[in-house]
Amino acid sequence: MKWDISHVNEWKSEDFPRAAVIPESGNSNDYNVGGWRSERPYRNDEVCTQCLLCWIFCPDTAVVLDGEKVVDFDYDHCKGCGICANECPTNPKFGKSAIEMVPEGCELPGVK
Amino acid sequence: MPLTDSRLPLTAPMPPYAVRCIERPYPVTTLAARRVDETRTRKGAPMQQLTEIRWHARAGQGAVTAAKVVAETALSADQYMQAMPEYGPERMGAPIKAFTRISAEPIEIHNNIENPDIVVVLDESLIDVVDVTEGIADDGAIIINTCSPAAAVKSALGVADTVKVACVDASGIALDTIRRDIPNTPIVGALTKVTGVIDLDTFKGLLAKNLSKKFGQEMIDANFAAVDRAFKEVTVA
Amino acid sequence: MPTQKTVATTGNFLVAEAMRQCAPDVMAAYPITPQTTIVEEFAKFVAQGRVHTEYVTVESEHSAMSACVGASAAGARVMTATSSQGLALMWEELYIAAGMRLPIVMANANRALSAPINIHCDHSDVMGARDAGWIMLFAETAQEAYDNTIISVRIAEHSEVLLPVMTCLDGFITTHSIDRAETMDDESVAAFVGEYHPTYPLLDTANPASHGNFSGLGGPYFEFKKQQRVAIDASMKVVKEVGAEFAGLSGRPFDVVEGWGMEDADIAIVVIGSTAGNARHVARQLRAQGVKAGVLKVRVFRPFPATELAAALRGVKAIAVLDRAESLGAEGGPLFLEVRSALYDLEERIPVVNYIYGLGGSDVRLELMERVYSDLSDIAAGATAPFGLTYLGTR
Repeated sequence: MKWDISHVNEWKSEDFPRAAVIPESGNSNDYNVGGWRSERPYRNDEVCTQCLLCWIFCPDTAVVLDGEKVVDFDYDHCKGCGICANECPTNPKFGKSAIEMVPEGCELPGVK
Repeated sequence: MPLTDSRLPLTAPMPPYAVRCIERPYPVTTLAARRVDETRTRKGAPMQQLTEIRWHARAGQGAVTAAKVVAETALSADQYMQAMPEYGPERMGAPIKAFTRISAEPIEIHNNIENPDIVVVLDESLIDVVDVTEGIADDGAIIINTCSPAAAVKSALGVADTVKVACVDASGIALDTIRRDIPNTPIVGALTKVTGVIDLDTFKGLLAKNLSKKFGQEMIDANFAAVDRAFKEVTVA
Repeated sequence: MPTQKTVATTGNFLVAEAMRQCAPDVMAAYPITPQTTIVEEFAKFVAQGRVHTEYVTVESEHSAMSACVGASAAGARVMTATSSQGLALMWEELYIAAGMRLPIVMANANRALSAPINIHCDHSDVMGARDAGWIMLFAETAQEAYDNTIISVRIAEHSEVLLPVMTCLDGFITTHSIDRAETMDDESVAAFVGEYHPTYPLLDTANPASHGNFSGLGGPYFEFKKQQRVAIDASMKVVKEVGAEFAGLSGRPFDVVEGWGMEDADIAIVVIGSTAGNARHVARQLRAQGVKAGVLKVRVFRPFPATELAAALRGVKAIAVLDRAESLGAEGGPLFLEVRSALYDLEERIPVVNYIYGLGGSDVRLELMERVYSDLSDIAAGATAPFGLTYLGTR
């Protein structure tokens, strides 16, 4: 049962859970921190070897998998820390790594 | 000494202990709790008793600096001021609010500004994110950094007709003059033109002083050009 | 006469500036919101060579106060700053500093204590330390924060006092808001605070002494506490004298309790800190309507000015004490309990009611001040004063 906080602005002292306990887990998922970014990760699907290192290291669990493949980043929760880009290993076939950090607000790499 | 009516007689039983609450909605004020002097004029005429300004910006656009220099300008005019940034995580680009009070008399109140007379919006993308018009006084003014014409913005914001909506392309002016998208100095130029809340020349003098700590004369001149252009180009609806 | 400069700056910057002008020999500090900018600014002054202070960066507030105690016992003039959880963390050292009679001056940015975590203003941190034996001064504005800090140094180091002093200012409201204030020139402040002449300094190796001793099993602990009691009671006279001297120097008044409209008030609010300004603003408007409202601001909380309060409140018909801290389990907040006690021996029993407000930085709206005065008017007109406290301004 999801904790219903839709009327939190109307709550009185008695309506808040005792001792500020949050009676469910994982509700940080509902908090959109994407607006904090100044850079975002861009992943080149061709270059990506699906090693999953970015998924392992992301501190915000913002790398989205489908099965065992990285498909996307969760831009609602990615704070732009750059750890994924830092950990992404160089793909010898292309001579570069799959993830690079680009300025927030541009969708394609190279648009600086 | 006999007790008068308003004192509790010593033989009366104590009322029971209870914890009461005075909570929202808060009691409606019967006093003009915000204004001591009700007569006000704008456009550089005699200062009203108290002006309250709310700034909306993204961290890194210079709102806090602008609020600080405006406060210093008020000080030079022998006025009293309070300037308070809203404390929070200040990542580059995160929406921030700052508040300023300016008055001819010492300011003794320390509560939050609920009904600003002036709202300054340094980044128009905030209009979708934050309610920039919240609480604005009926005869207030809102100054926005935008290319859109003032009348269009006014209807988009949905404010009362008595609210002045002033638009100036502060970012464009900044990019032309200072060569950076830091719209804080031009927007203060526009603020001065629309509201007269501070004196333009005093502001420019203090701006020069603040800038000279880190920048050369060229930057100061560029900022002056930005301020002057915004002063001229601001349109009001 | 000093030359005064009018500045627009934050309360924290003014406290740091006052500290610089008092030139402490040692500062051991640890940052915590909202006092960090005090010790940060001071560190900048040290780096710029504008003050010659041994700046000790420690790993916690407990260590900060420990280092301050050691430095002060060594014979140094010592200052520091803290807030909320930091003040709570150094709790045992507060009692030690007072028991060792060390004239440490500490600025406290009044901030709510956890839990739940809150970084905004209330008085729970300082009220939790009110029994430690420190002298406590409270500032309403940035100007008072500057003035109180300078006055604190003189009070602490006075030979009849030799007690640590806390100079308190409201977190964010006073610490972070740019305000207009006047600062004095360095020479005048230096002349006012003078030199510190420590007794039994540890660094005086020609006359060795021992500090921080055990009073023995069944030893004279009680007697040492009496020494402290005598000192803190005597400090009231010193506070007033030093305050009056500072007032003469700066042109700004200083009094242990500062009244507005109290000469003929029917209804009065007793309050500490920045809220006094809000209350005064509303009282002014009420006076314009013919209501005899008054505000009594407590500027010195320890030693508690019971006589002065009783004298100021005599003749008032209804009193509201506003507490920005709770004393959970007691009948009311800490200021209420002490005010009521101060009024106990008056020949007339005046109804006193308690409002708890502003906890965790809850905004002190002017409507709430009005509501308090309106309740007081009802009581003054004959309504029964309620027993028990009122939470003013919760959601």
